[in-house]
Amino acid sequence: MTRISVEHLSIDFPLYHGESRSLKKTVFAAASGRRLGQDGRKRLVVQAVRDVDFELHSGDRLGLIGANGAGKSTLLRTLAGIYEPSGGRITIEGALSALLDASQGMNPDLTGRENIRLRGLFSGLNPKQIEQLELDVAQFAELDDFINLPVRIYSSGMVVRLGFALATAIRPQILLMDEWILAGDAAFMGRARARLESMVQGAEILVLSTHAPDVVMQWCNRVIWLEGGRVRGDGTPHEILQQYLPSDQFAQASMALAARTKREADGMANQQAA
Amino acid sequence: MDTQVVNSGSTDSRAVAPRSEADSSAGTDLIPNGSGQQADMPALIRPDSRLVIVAGLGMMGRLRLALTDLADTWRLRRLVATLAFLDIRLRYRGSLLGPFWLTLSTGLMVGALGFVYSHLFHTKLHTYLPFLSLSLVLWNFINALVTDGCLAYTSNEAMIRAARMPLSLHAARSVARNVLVLGHNILVIVVVFTIMNVWPGRVALMMLPAFALWMIDGLAISILLGGFCARFRDVPPIVASVMQIAFFVSPIIWSPEILAHRGIGIVLLNWNPFYALLEIVRAPLLNQMPTLATWGSALGYSGALVLVTAVFFTRARSRIAFWI
Repeated sequence: MTRISVEHLSIDFPLYHGESRSLKKTVFAAASGRRLGQDGRKRLVVQAVRDVDFELHSGDRLGLIGANGAGKSTLLRTLAGIYEPSGGRITIEGALSALLDASQGMNPDLTGRENIRLRGLFSGLNPKQIEQLELDVAQFAELDDFINLPVRIYSSGMVVRLGFALATAIRPQILLMDEWILAGDAAFMGRARARLESMVQGAEILVLSTHAPDVVMQWCNRVIWLEGGRVRGDGTPHEILQQYLPSDQFAQASMALAARTKREADGMANQQAA
Repeated sequence: MDTQVVNSGSTDSRAVAPRSEADSSAGTDLIPNGSGQQADMPALIRPDSRLVIVAGLGMMGRLRLALTDLADTWRLRRLVATLAFLDIRLRYRGSLLGPFWLTLSTGLMVGALGFVYSHLFHTKLHTYLPFLSLSLVLWNFINALVTDGCLAYTSNEAMIRAARMPLSLHAARSVARNVLVLGHNILVIVVVFTIMNVWPGRVALMMLPAFALWMIDGLAISILLGGFCARFRDVPPIVASVMQIAFFVSPIIWSPEILAHRGIGIVLLNWNPFYALLEIVRAPLLNQMPTLATWGSALGYSGALVLVTAVFFTRARSRIAFWI
């Protein structure tokens, strides 16, 4: 059973800058008796996420919205298990894959093929499966001959396609995505959507963090609105977006969605024709 | 082909029992879907997993997570080896001699220092050069292990922030990379030993347990310094200068026998962790048996290092992602 459960989740993000980065300064502050203990406690932290609760089940497609710095990306990284929370509890049941930034932890100096191989090894595949993975990713990302060239020289669209293909080629049950996926071209977006839809139909979970309201309307069936690290609203995209957006922008987003859907359908059709 | 059919087919084939820990090792659970599948449907399926992260664990809970981290790195050892191999290949991509540039430069250094210092110390080249080549190659390894270990986490920021993976993996990668470099440099020792026609006897096998100890120490120091350098950005230059001083005060280019009867030798030899650790590998290869006292202090220093690292890693493991 695929499930995400988040209980009273809080994340303090420590800010290190200037002097607190320096061992010399820290040691000298201690030696000269300048209240190190207090320094330690006075460490500057951003309360990135505060007391967030939610539970997701199979088939849920959650959109996280909120202003810059509302804690969307931090929450995604915490769900991915990268940041460990300072309060609360997370339970993830199901194989998880995260697309948090376009480069996906790829080494830009290595070729596409080498990066795919590393991902295969990370996922515990055997050599035959890694071959399969290479085929699958190269085909979906349409890299052609670029697969043997360093990722550094790829166009940003190609990096996005490769990242998306890598994150979904070994089929996850839970997919976490940040909004960079929007950098893909229309035809690719159509195919990405088809792949995600087939994935979510197979009773899997999607969590998407974005600024774009039309993307939320298109992809999600539930929305959580974060503000200052807390949940401001939780409900269907229609309900929450109506509160979140000024009314004229809400209408605009609906129109943008219609246009985007058409563009992607056209893109797909063109590609199939070609 | 109908998407729906492929979809339900691949869903059925995922009949995997839930696991208690994240990402199991068994690649056999991932079932390729045959060749006739549609481009939009991924063919490989991730095995089921379960991950529970709870804040505010006690020391025992954190220790368990730290040990899980190490166990995960062991499970991913093929990834560690591949990363280390690619690191080397990347560093020398496009160069004519590849990693053997290192061998060549080490060889030149051994040759140059050998001639100068054998005159300075009034020793015979025949005995001094094997000693020097061995010392320099081993010291270069130790030095690279320590200075690379400092960057274990900060140089892998992108990887650490992209997915959950064991943190000790980055330390292990740094160790593995430097073992590969050492492998290339061994050629210098072999060439010098051949020219001088000096070969150690069976006592040389005593370097095997010593080298195993080095591997443990190397991993420990990389985990420790990697974390420390991620938190305090001025540590790498401090470490570099400590290593430079250690190079001159330890018997690397000068033989320990020079100091055997002088008072200062007690400080430089008996209280020098680098000397004890170097000697347990070097002495057997020079056909000498390291003394029990040397082994004792090597084990003592290593034990202390591992203990400090264990405490540090248990406490700080979950913080490292925030530090980088």
